[in-house]
Amino acid sequence: MKPVKFDYYAPASVDEALDTLAELGYDGKVLAGGQSLIAAMNFRMARPAALVDLNNVPELSYINPTPEGGLAIGTMTRVYQVEHDPEVAKRFPLLPEVAKFIAHSQIRRRGTFGGAIAHADPAGQLPSIAVTMDANLLIRGKGKERWVKAADLIIGPFMTTIEPDEMLAEVVLSANPPRTGSNYQQVSRQSGGYAQAAVASIVTLDENNLCKAVRLVLMSVGEVPILSQKASQILVGHVPTADAFKAVAEAAATSEIDPATDLHATAKYRRNLIRVLVARSLAEAFGRAKRGG
Amino acid sequence: MTKLFPVSINVNGQVYERQVEARLLLSDFLRHELGLMGTHVGCEHGICGACTVLFDGEAVRSCLIFSVQASGHEIRTVESLGTPENLHPLQEAFSEKHALQCGFCTPGFLMTLVPFLEQNPHPTDDEVREAIDGNICRCTGYEKIIEAAQEASKKMSSR
Repeated sequence: MKPVKFDYYAPASVDEALDTLAELGYDGKVLAGGQSLIAAMNFRMARPAALVDLNNVPELSYINPTPEGGLAIGTMTRVYQVEHDPEVAKRFPLLPEVAKFIAHSQIRRRGTFGGAIAHADPAGQLPSIAVTMDANLLIRGKGKERWVKAADLIIGPFMTTIEPDEMLAEVVLSANPPRTGSNYQQVSRQSGGYAQAAVASIVTLDENNLCKAVRLVLMSVGEVPILSQKASQILVGHVPTADAFKAVAEAAATSEIDPATDLHATAKYRRNLIRVLVARSLAEAFGRAKRGG
Repeated sequence: MTKLFPVSINVNGQVYERQVEARLLLSDFLRHELGLMGTHVGCEHGICGACTVLFDGEAVRSCLIFSVQASGHEIRTVESLGTPENLHPLQEAFSEKHALQCGFCTPGFLMTLVPFLEQNPHPTDDEVREAIDGNICRCTGYEKIIEAAQEASKKMSSR
Protein backbone atom coordinates (compact mmCIF):
# COMPACT_ATOMS: atom_id res chain seq x y z
CA MET A 1 0.00 0.00 0.00
CA LYS A 2 0.96 3.65 -0.14
CA PRO A 3 0.97 6.30 2.58
CA VAL A 4 -1.89 8.79 2.86
CA LYS A 5 -1.08 12.36 1.89
CA PHE A 6 0.95 14.37 4.33
CA ASP A 7 2.79 17.64 4.44
CA TYR A 8 6.57 17.56 4.42
CA TYR A 9 9.21 19.79 5.99
CA ALA A 10 12.96 19.32 5.64
CA PRO A 11 14.65 21.74 8.05
CA ALA A 12 18.39 22.31 7.68
CA SER A 13 19.15 22.94 11.36
CA VAL A 14 17.99 21.85 14.80
CA ASP A 15 16.56 25.32 15.51
CA GLU A 16 14.55 25.27 12.32
CA ALA A 17 13.32 21.75 13.13
CA LEU A 18 12.22 22.82 16.62
CA ASP A 19 10.44 25.90 15.21
CA THR A 20 8.60 23.70 12.74
CA LEU A 21 7.63 21.16 15.42
CA ALA A 22 6.37 23.98 17.67
CA GLU A 23 4.23 25.38 14.84
CA LEU A 24 2.79 22.01 13.84
CA GLY A 25 1.95 20.83 17.37
CA TYR A 26 0.02 17.56 17.31
CA ASP A 27 0.08 17.47 13.48
CA GLY A 28 3.86 17.10 13.32
CA LYS A 29 5.87 13.90 13.48
CA VAL A 30 9.64 13.62 13.37
CA LEU A 31 11.03 11.51 10.52
CA ALA A 32 14.43 10.06 11.44
CA GLY A 33 15.65 6.98 9.52
CA GLY A 34 12.06 6.06 8.69
CA GLN A 35 12.74 2.33 8.73
CA SER A 36 9.81 1.72 11.08
CA LEU A 37 7.73 4.86 10.48
CA ILE A 38 7.62 4.68 6.67
CA ALA A 39 6.76 0.95 6.84
CA ALA A 40 3.88 1.82 9.20
CA MET A 41 2.83 4.66 6.86
CA ASN A 42 2.89 2.33 3.85
CA PHE A 43 0.40 0.15 5.72
CA ARG A 44 -1.55 3.27 6.72
CA MET A 45 -1.22 2.25 10.36
CA ALA A 46 0.55 5.59 10.85
CA ARG A 47 -1.08 8.65 9.27
CA PRO A 48 0.85 11.70 10.40
CA ALA A 49 -0.48 14.98 9.00
CA ALA A 50 3.03 16.34 8.54
CA LEU A 51 6.56 14.98 8.68
CA VAL A 52 9.55 16.94 9.93
CA ASP A 53 12.46 15.18 8.23
CA LEU A 54 15.75 15.40 10.16
CA ASN A 55 17.87 13.83 7.41
CA ASN A 56 19.13 17.23 6.25
CA VAL A 57 20.35 18.22 9.73
CA PRO A 58 24.01 17.11 9.78
CA GLU A 59 24.57 18.54 13.29
CA LEU A 60 22.48 15.65 14.70
CA SER A 61 24.87 12.96 13.47
CA TYR A 62 28.01 12.37 15.56
CA ILE A 63 29.75 10.09 18.06
CA ASN A 64 31.73 12.23 20.52
CA PRO A 65 33.68 11.20 23.61
CA THR A 66 32.48 12.80 26.88
CA PRO A 67 34.96 14.12 29.48
CA GLU A 68 33.89 11.30 31.85
CA GLY A 69 34.94 8.57 29.40
CA GLY A 70 31.52 7.90 27.93
CA LEU A 71 30.07 8.76 24.55
CA ALA A 72 27.53 11.25 23.29
CA ILE A 73 25.71 10.02 20.20
CA GLY A 74 23.66 12.35 18.01
CA THR A 75 20.14 11.14 17.44
CA MET A 76 20.52 10.86 13.64
CA THR A 77 23.67 8.73 13.78
CA ARG A 78 22.91 5.66 11.67
CA VAL A 79 22.81 2.33 13.48
CA TYR A 80 25.41 1.11 10.99
CA GLN A 81 27.82 3.86 12.10
CA VAL A 82 27.38 2.91 15.76
CA GLU A 83 27.83 -0.76 14.85
CA HIS A 84 31.19 -0.13 13.16
CA ASP A 85 32.66 2.71 15.24
CA PRO A 86 35.93 1.63 16.94
CA GLU A 87 35.37 3.94 19.95
CA VAL A 88 31.93 2.46 20.50
CA ALA A 89 33.34 -1.07 20.28
CA LYS A 90 36.09 -0.24 22.77
CA ARG A 91 33.89 1.44 25.38
CA PHE A 92 30.57 -0.35 24.86
CA PRO A 93 31.07 -3.76 23.19
CA LEU A 94 27.41 -4.48 23.94
CA LEU A 95 26.36 -2.15 21.11
CA PRO A 96 28.05 -3.87 18.14
CA GLU A 97 27.03 -7.20 19.67
CA VAL A 98 23.36 -6.14 19.66
CA ALA A 99 23.47 -4.29 16.32
CA LYS A 100 23.93 -7.50 14.36
CA PHE A 101 20.44 -8.53 15.51
CA ILE A 102 18.74 -5.32 14.39
CA ALA A 103 16.84 -6.06 11.19
CA HIS A 104 19.23 -6.20 8.22
CA SER A 105 22.29 -4.30 7.02
CA GLN A 106 20.20 -2.33 4.50
CA ILE A 107 17.91 -1.18 7.33
CA ARG A 108 20.80 -0.38 9.69
CA ARG A 109 22.44 1.86 7.08
CA ARG A 110 19.38 4.09 7.07
CA GLY A 111 17.84 3.54 10.52
CA THR A 112 19.05 5.84 13.28
CA PHE A 113 20.22 5.24 16.83
CA GLY A 114 17.98 7.91 18.36
CA GLY A 115 15.02 7.23 16.13
CA ALA A 116 14.90 3.59 17.21
CA ILE A 117 14.91 4.58 20.89
CA ALA A 118 12.22 7.24 20.44
CA HIS A 119 10.08 4.79 18.47
CA ALA A 120 9.87 2.66 21.66
CA ASP A 121 8.90 -0.55 19.90
CA PRO A 122 8.66 -3.19 22.66
CA ALA A 123 10.24 -5.67 20.24
CA GLY A 124 12.97 -3.23 19.20
CA GLN A 125 16.47 -3.83 20.51
CA LEU A 126 17.68 -0.27 21.03
CA PRO A 127 14.97 0.93 23.46
CA SER A 128 15.83 -2.06 25.69
CA ILE A 129 19.56 -1.50 25.30
CA ALA A 130 19.16 2.19 26.21
CA VAL A 131 17.45 1.05 29.43
CA THR A 132 20.13 -1.58 30.09
CA MET A 133 22.88 1.04 29.61
CA ASP A 134 20.94 3.56 31.73
CA ALA A 135 21.30 6.06 28.88
CA ASN A 136 20.75 9.76 29.50
CA LEU A 137 18.60 11.29 26.81
CA LEU A 138 18.57 14.94 25.80
CA ILE A 139 15.08 16.05 24.80
CA ARG A 140 14.89 19.39 23.05
CA GLY A 141 12.01 21.70 22.16
CA LYS A 142 11.82 25.30 21.04
CA GLY A 143 13.59 27.31 23.77
CA LYS A 144 13.71 24.37 26.18
CA GLU A 145 15.63 21.21 26.91
CA ARG A 146 15.59 18.46 29.51
CA TRP A 147 17.41 15.25 30.35
CA VAL A 148 15.60 12.01 30.98
CA LYS A 149 16.70 8.44 31.72
CA ALA A 150 15.75 5.86 29.10
CA ALA A 151 13.63 3.91 31.61
CA ASP A 152 11.59 7.05 32.34
CA LEU A 153 11.20 7.94 28.67
CA ILE A 154 9.43 4.78 27.60
CA ILE A 155 5.96 4.53 29.15
CA GLY A 156 4.20 2.05 26.87
CA PRO A 157 4.39 0.30 23.52
CA PHE A 158 5.42 3.01 21.02
CA MET A 159 4.77 5.59 23.76
CA THR A 160 7.28 7.98 25.27
CA THR A 161 7.20 11.19 27.30
CA ILE A 162 8.44 13.17 24.27
CA GLU A 163 5.91 15.97 23.67
CA PRO A 164 4.73 16.80 20.12
CA ASP A 165 6.90 19.92 20.05
CA GLU A 166 9.99 18.03 21.29
CA MET A 167 12.50 15.61 19.88
CA LEU A 168 15.22 13.31 21.12
CA ALA A 169 18.47 15.11 20.25
CA GLU A 170 21.29 13.18 21.91
CA VAL A 171 21.98 9.92 23.72
CA VAL A 172 24.70 10.00 26.37
CA LEU A 173 26.22 6.74 27.58
CA SER A 174 28.24 6.82 30.80
CA ALA A 175 31.55 4.97 30.98
CA ASN A 176 31.42 1.49 32.46
CA PRO A 177 33.34 1.00 35.73
CA PRO A 178 36.33 -1.39 35.62
CA ARG A 179 35.53 -5.11 35.71
CA THR A 180 32.27 -4.67 33.83
CA GLY A 181 31.01 -7.24 31.36
CA SER A 182 27.98 -7.27 29.11
CA ASN A 183 26.08 -9.70 26.93
CA TYR A 184 23.07 -9.93 24.64
CA GLN A 185 21.01 -13.04 23.95
CA GLN A 186 18.15 -13.21 21.46
CA VAL A 187 16.02 -15.87 19.88
CA SER A 188 14.09 -15.14 16.70
CA ARG A 189 12.72 -17.34 13.95
CA GLN A 190 15.08 -15.99 11.34
CA SER A 191 18.11 -13.75 11.12
CA GLY A 192 16.97 -10.16 11.47
CA GLY A 193 13.47 -11.20 12.53
CA TYR A 194 11.53 -10.02 15.55
CA ALA A 195 12.87 -11.22 18.88
CA GLN A 196 10.58 -13.84 20.37
CA ALA A 197 12.44 -12.95 23.54
CA ALA A 198 15.78 -11.36 24.33
CA VAL A 199 17.92 -10.52 27.35
CA ALA A 200 20.62 -7.91 27.81
CA SER A 201 22.89 -7.71 30.82
CA ILE A 202 25.61 -5.43 32.13
CA VAL A 203 27.36 -6.61 35.30
CA THR A 204 30.22 -5.32 37.45
CA LEU A 205 32.42 -7.26 39.86
CA ASP A 206 34.19 -5.82 42.92
CA GLU A 207 37.82 -6.59 43.87
CA ASN A 208 36.68 -9.71 45.77
CA ASN A 209 34.81 -11.11 42.78
CA LEU A 210 31.44 -10.34 44.33
CA CYS A 211 28.70 -8.87 42.20
CA LYS A 212 28.80 -5.11 42.64
CA ALA A 213 26.07 -4.16 40.20
CA VAL A 214 23.81 -5.80 37.66
CA ARG A 215 21.43 -4.42 35.06
CA LEU A 216 19.40 -7.16 33.43
CA VAL A 217 16.74 -6.19 30.91
CA LEU A 218 14.07 -8.52 29.55
CA MET A 219 12.86 -7.70 26.08
CA SER A 220 9.84 -8.56 23.96
CA VAL A 221 8.04 -10.02 26.98
CA GLY A 222 6.01 -7.01 28.08
CA GLU A 223 4.79 -3.63 26.90
CA VAL A 224 8.09 -1.92 27.73
CA PRO A 225 11.67 -3.06 28.37
CA ILE A 226 11.69 -4.69 31.82
CA LEU A 227 14.60 -3.95 34.15
CA SER A 228 14.83 -6.94 36.48
CA GLN A 229 14.70 -6.03 40.18
CA LYS A 230 15.16 -9.67 41.19
CA ALA A 231 18.57 -9.78 39.53
CA SER A 232 19.89 -7.04 41.81
CA GLN A 233 18.19 -8.51 44.90
CA ILE A 234 19.62 -11.97 44.34
CA LEU A 235 23.08 -11.15 42.99
CA VAL A 236 24.45 -7.90 44.44
CA GLY A 237 26.96 -8.55 47.23
CA HIS A 238 27.18 -12.25 46.46
CA VAL A 239 29.43 -14.57 44.52
CA PRO A 240 27.87 -14.95 41.06
CA THR A 241 27.35 -18.69 40.65
CA ALA A 242 25.44 -20.79 38.16
CA ASP A 243 22.90 -21.56 40.90
CA ALA A 244 22.37 -17.86 41.50
CA PHE A 245 21.85 -17.29 37.76
CA LYS A 246 19.26 -20.07 37.77
CA ALA A 247 17.48 -18.43 40.70
CA VAL A 248 17.38 -15.10 38.87
CA ALA A 249 16.16 -16.80 35.70
CA GLU A 250 13.38 -18.56 37.56
CA ALA A 251 12.31 -15.40 39.40
CA ALA A 252 12.39 -13.31 36.21
CA ALA A 253 10.47 -15.87 34.17
CA THR A 254 7.76 -16.40 36.78
CA SER A 255 7.25 -12.99 38.36
CA GLU A 256 8.70 -10.16 36.31
CA ILE A 257 7.40 -10.58 32.78
CA ASP A 258 4.03 -10.44 31.08
CA PRO A 259 4.60 -12.10 27.71
CA ALA A 260 1.92 -12.09 25.02
CA THR A 261 0.90 -14.83 22.64
CA ASP A 262 1.13 -13.64 19.04
CA LEU A 263 2.15 -15.03 15.66
CA HIS A 264 5.83 -14.91 16.64
CA ALA A 265 5.57 -17.09 19.78
CA THR A 266 3.28 -18.25 22.56
CA ALA A 267 3.49 -16.68 26.01
CA LYS A 268 4.57 -20.02 27.45
CA TYR A 269 7.41 -20.35 24.98
CA ARG A 270 8.56 -16.79 25.67
CA ARG A 271 8.62 -17.56 29.41
CA ASN A 272 10.78 -20.59 28.74
CA LEU A 273 13.10 -18.54 26.56
CA ILE A 274 13.56 -15.96 29.30
CA ARG A 275 14.43 -18.73 31.76
CA VAL A 276 17.14 -20.03 29.43
CA LEU A 277 18.45 -16.70 28.12
CA VAL A 278 18.77 -15.01 31.52
CA ALA A 279 21.02 -17.75 32.86
CA ARG A 280 23.04 -17.77 29.66
CA SER A 281 23.43 -14.00 29.47
CA LEU A 282 24.47 -13.63 33.14
CA ALA A 283 27.04 -16.42 32.87
CA GLU A 284 28.57 -14.83 29.79
CA ALA A 285 28.50 -11.27 31.17
CA PHE A 286 30.13 -12.25 34.49
CA GLY A 287 32.72 -14.27 32.58
CA ARG A 288 33.60 -11.20 30.56
CA ALA A 289 33.68 -8.99 33.67
CA LYS A 290 36.15 -11.41 35.27
CA ARG A 291 38.38 -11.20 32.21
CA GLY A 292 38.25 -7.41 32.48
CA GLY A 293 35.26 -6.70 30.22
CA MET B 1 -4.68 20.93 -4.16
CA THR B 2 -1.91 18.39 -3.92
CA LYS B 3 1.36 19.96 -2.91
CA LEU B 4 4.30 19.05 -5.11
CA PHE B 5 7.97 19.21 -4.25
CA PRO B 6 10.72 19.74 -6.82
CA VAL B 7 13.38 17.02 -6.76
CA SER B 8 16.64 16.58 -8.59
CA ILE B 9 17.87 13.00 -8.33
CA ASN B 10 20.91 11.46 -9.94
CA VAL B 11 19.92 7.96 -11.04
CA ASN B 12 22.58 5.78 -12.66
CA GLY B 13 24.63 8.85 -13.57
CA GLN B 14 21.81 10.89 -15.09
CA VAL B 15 20.09 13.75 -13.26
CA TYR B 16 16.29 13.71 -13.34
CA GLU B 17 14.21 16.71 -12.32
CA ARG B 18 10.60 16.10 -11.38
CA GLN B 19 7.77 17.47 -9.25
CA VAL B 20 6.64 14.82 -6.77
CA GLU B 21 4.18 14.32 -3.95
CA ALA B 22 5.88 13.93 -0.58
CA ARG B 23 4.36 10.47 -0.19
CA LEU B 24 5.89 9.09 -3.39
CA LEU B 25 8.27 6.30 -2.39
CA LEU B 26 11.68 6.15 -4.03
CA SER B 27 10.79 2.68 -5.38
CA ASP B 28 7.71 4.10 -7.12
CA PHE B 29 9.65 7.12 -8.37
CA LEU B 30 12.12 4.78 -10.08
CA ARG B 31 9.43 2.57 -11.57
CA HIS B 32 6.62 4.97 -12.39
CA GLU B 33 8.35 8.30 -13.00
CA LEU B 34 11.49 6.99 -14.68
CA GLY B 35 10.23 3.67 -16.04
CA LEU B 36 13.13 1.79 -14.47
CA MET B 37 11.28 -1.45 -13.78
CA GLY B 38 14.35 -3.38 -12.64
CA THR B 39 13.77 -2.33 -9.03
CA HIS B 40 11.10 -4.73 -7.80
CA VAL B 41 8.55 -4.04 -5.10
CA GLY B 42 7.68 -7.01 -2.91
CA CYS B 43 6.48 -6.32 0.60
CA GLU B 44 6.71 -2.52 0.84
CA HIS B 45 7.70 -2.67 4.48
CA GLY B 46 11.37 -3.48 4.45
CA ILE B 47 11.25 -7.25 4.93
CA CYS B 48 11.79 -8.78 1.47
CA GLY B 49 14.72 -6.77 0.09
CA ALA B 50 13.56 -6.87 -3.55
CA CYS B 51 13.60 -3.07 -3.81
CA THR B 52 17.21 -2.66 -2.60
CA VAL B 53 19.10 0.12 -4.44
CA LEU B 54 22.28 2.05 -3.73
CA PHE B 55 21.79 5.43 -2.04
CA ASP B 56 25.09 7.34 -2.19
CA GLY B 57 26.78 3.96 -2.62
CA GLU B 58 25.03 2.19 0.28
CA ALA B 59 22.47 -0.59 -0.11
CA VAL B 60 19.12 0.56 1.27
CA ARG B 61 15.39 -0.18 0.89
CA SER B 62 13.87 2.09 -1.74
CA CYS B 63 10.40 1.35 -0.32
CA LEU B 64 11.39 2.93 3.01
CA ILE B 65 12.62 6.24 1.59
CA PHE B 66 10.48 8.98 0.10
CA SER B 67 11.67 10.22 -3.29
CA VAL B 68 11.73 13.77 -1.93
CA GLN B 69 14.43 12.58 0.48
CA ALA B 70 16.58 11.40 -2.41
CA SER B 71 16.83 14.86 -3.93
CA GLY B 72 20.48 15.81 -4.31
CA HIS B 73 21.59 12.22 -3.78
CA GLU B 74 22.97 9.53 -6.09
CA ILE B 75 20.89 6.43 -6.69
CA ARG B 76 22.06 3.32 -8.47
CA THR B 77 19.68 0.64 -9.63
CA VAL B 78 20.15 -2.78 -11.19
CA GLU B 79 19.94 -1.12 -14.63
CA SER B 80 23.39 0.36 -13.95
CA LEU B 81 25.10 -3.03 -13.66
CA GLY B 82 25.30 -4.64 -17.08
CA THR B 83 23.49 -5.29 -20.35
CA PRO B 84 22.37 -8.70 -21.70
CA GLU B 85 25.40 -8.64 -24.00
CA ASN B 86 27.80 -7.40 -21.39
CA LEU B 87 26.81 -8.64 -17.94
CA HIS B 88 28.34 -7.43 -14.69
CA PRO B 89 30.55 -10.23 -13.24
CA LEU B 90 27.98 -10.75 -10.48
CA GLN B 91 25.16 -11.10 -13.01
CA GLU B 92 27.35 -13.48 -15.02
CA ALA B 93 27.95 -15.57 -11.90
CA PHE B 94 24.21 -15.62 -11.05
CA SER B 95 23.53 -16.92 -14.55
CA GLU B 96 26.30 -19.53 -14.50
CA LYS B 97 25.46 -20.84 -11.02
CA HIS B 98 21.68 -20.83 -11.52
CA ALA B 99 21.27 -18.39 -8.65
CA LEU B 100 17.83 -17.38 -9.83
CA GLN B 101 14.68 -19.03 -11.04
CA CYS B 102 11.77 -16.59 -11.20
CA GLY B 103 14.08 -13.61 -10.88
CA PHE B 104 11.79 -11.43 -8.78
CA CYS B 105 14.23 -11.11 -5.87
CA THR B 106 17.34 -10.95 -8.05
CA PRO B 107 17.73 -7.15 -8.44
CA GLY B 108 17.67 -6.80 -4.64
CA PHE B 109 20.31 -9.52 -4.19
CA LEU B 110 22.51 -7.96 -6.86
CA MET B 111 22.31 -4.45 -5.42
CA THR B 112 23.03 -5.83 -1.93
CA LEU B 113 25.97 -7.92 -3.08
CA VAL B 114 27.68 -5.40 -5.38
CA PRO B 115 28.81 -3.00 -2.60
CA PHE B 116 29.38 -5.96 -0.26
CA LEU B 117 31.82 -7.62 -2.68
CA GLU B 118 33.53 -4.32 -3.42
CA GLN B 119 34.20 -3.90 0.31
CA ASN B 120 34.85 -7.61 1.04
CA PRO B 121 36.62 -9.01 -2.05
CA HIS B 122 37.19 -12.44 -0.43
CA PRO B 123 34.26 -13.17 1.89
CA THR B 124 33.59 -16.43 3.70
CA ASP B 125 30.30 -18.21 3.07
CA ASP B 126 29.08 -17.07 6.48
CA GLU B 127 29.87 -13.46 5.65
CA VAL B 128 27.87 -13.80 2.42
CA ARG B 129 24.99 -15.33 4.40
CA GLU B 130 25.03 -12.40 6.79
CA ALA B 131 25.19 -9.92 3.90
CA ILE B 132 22.08 -11.36 2.25
CA ASP B 133 20.06 -12.00 5.39
CA GLY B 134 17.86 -9.06 4.43
CA ASN B 135 16.88 -10.50 1.07
CA ILE B 136 14.25 -13.18 0.64
CA CYS B 137 14.34 -15.72 -2.21
CA ARG B 138 11.56 -18.30 -2.45
CA CYS B 139 13.05 -20.31 -5.33
CA THR B 140 16.69 -21.17 -4.89
CA GLY B 141 17.16 -22.08 -1.24
CA TYR B 142 20.03 -19.55 -1.20
CA GLU B 143 22.86 -22.06 -1.70
CA LYS B 144 23.18 -21.17 -5.39
CA ILE B 145 23.18 -17.47 -4.52
CA ILE B 146 26.06 -18.00 -2.09
CA GLU B 147 27.93 -19.98 -4.77
CA ALA B 148 27.32 -17.16 -7.25
CA ALA B 149 28.58 -14.54 -4.81
CA GLN B 150 31.77 -16.57 -4.30
CA GLU B 151 32.18 -17.03 -8.05
CA ALA B 152 31.66 -13.32 -8.57
CA SER B 153 34.26 -12.48 -5.94
CA LYS B 154 36.80 -14.48 -7.98
CA LYS B 155 35.72 -12.84 -11.24
CA MET B 156 35.76 -9.35 -9.73
CA SER B 157 39.19 -9.66 -8.13
CA SER B 158 40.77 -11.12 -11.28
CA ARG B 159 39.57 -8.24 -13.52
